[in-house]
Amino acid sequence: MIFDPNVILKHLPEIISGTGVTLALWIAGMLLGILIGFVVATLRRYGGRLLDVPLGLAVEVLRGTPFLIQIFLVYYGGPFIGISLDPIPCGLLGLSIYAAAYYSEIFRAGYASVPHGHVEAGECLGLTRFQIIRRILLPEMALIVLPPSVNLAVILLKESAVLSIITVPELTTTVSAIGSQEYAFLEAIFLLAIIYWVIVEAAARLGRLAETRLSTFRFAAS
Amino acid sequence: MSFKLFSLLVQASVWTIGISAISIGLGFLIALGLSAALLSGKALYRRPAEFFISFFRGVPLLVQLLLIYNLLPFIGLNVPSIVAAIVGMSLCTAAYQAENLRGGFESVPKGLIEAADMVGFSPRQVFLRIKVPIALRLTFPALVNEAIMILKSSSLVSVVGIVEITRMAQDLASSTYMPIEIFSSAALIYLVICWAVALAGRYGERSLPGAAK
Repeated sequence: MIFDPNVILKHLPEIISGTGVTLALWIAGMLLGILIGFVVATLRRYGGRLLDVPLGLAVEVLRGTPFLIQIFLVYYGGPFIGISLDPIPCGLLGLSIYAAAYYSEIFRAGYASVPHGHVEAGECLGLTRFQIIRRILLPEMALIVLPPSVNLAVILLKESAVLSIITVPELTTTVSAIGSQEYAFLEAIFLLAIIYWVIVEAAARLGRLAETRLSTFRFAAS
Repeated sequence: MSFKLFSLLVQASVWTIGISAISIGLGFLIALGLSAALLSGKALYRRPAEFFISFFRGVPLLVQLLLIYNLLPFIGLNVPSIVAAIVGMSLCTAAYQAENLRGGFESVPKGLIEAADMVGFSPRQVFLRIKVPIALRLTFPALVNEAIMILKSSSLVSVVGIVEITRMAQDLASSTYMPIEIFSSAALIYLVICWAVALAGRYGERSLPGAAK
């Protein structure tokens, strides 16, 4: 095996576009997951048992089954119930729902971590429920939910590689295709591993930086 | 969906459970070595262990499996794909378990170690009778979590051609044109296995010595 850098240079545009698809799917999936997860956690907290029980069950199912099975169900099962999705939208849908299940649990723990007295104090002052969430619960839980959220973000980035199995043109798909095309599969997979490693390390560092920033801010405020 | 199809999926779950169990076990042994290296205080041991952990936690399991599956034959080891799958999963879980164990060893209360020193325990006895039992007790919940993660991740070994639940479901779905029924059943089987492990974990936690009463 002789590692030929020219092969990489020749396919650089494809590698960059694959990286772009991975990053775009990751960030979009994460943001949608955070949004849906927050709504789910809030509905479970304030919606009564009628919402809490079914949503809790859905979260349990999503957290107890492999991502790959969920993706297969949407991608191959979808057309049978009239939802035919191309690989990219299907991947985004799958990733967002998967992320939402885990983020909702993070937000649920976040809600539970805020002392009840603070909420009662807000009620006594006549704040509406929305104001209590926005002014008391969200700022207070921010520091609690940040570390697990960063952790989950890294997990999601790695899970997005699974989307290559349903032929989403992301990083894993692109680089392994180059590998087979150039008869240099092993080198390609090495390159792939290194690209992921770099992105994951960068994301983890960014997360740690955000944690330090946020904690000093909190310290100054209190 | 017929009972026969469902029973095929259940039979395939033996592979899922077997591969996961072996990987967790092997991973635990590797993790013991890694955590010892991390805590040795010598850069010579610590650095390679940190490098290993960073790599296996930073690269998707799917990519690791593809790497090992193609690397082993390249370095002259023509092993069946099941071995590649187990090696890949063990190395991956070892990296996660090593971090857990390190945390466990670090949170053994100092006072207990000092007390053991005072009553004349040798360093070896301190390690075997104080540090190891307490660290294992502390990291047990994390181990159960990791086992559940590995059970779910084991669906990825389907890409190297091992007919466990996911691969069986794929094959059945393409031959019967009933993907919804088949993949839902597969999901249900995973769910039952994960719940069983979680339940066993909770039971184990209560019955281990030193459980919170």
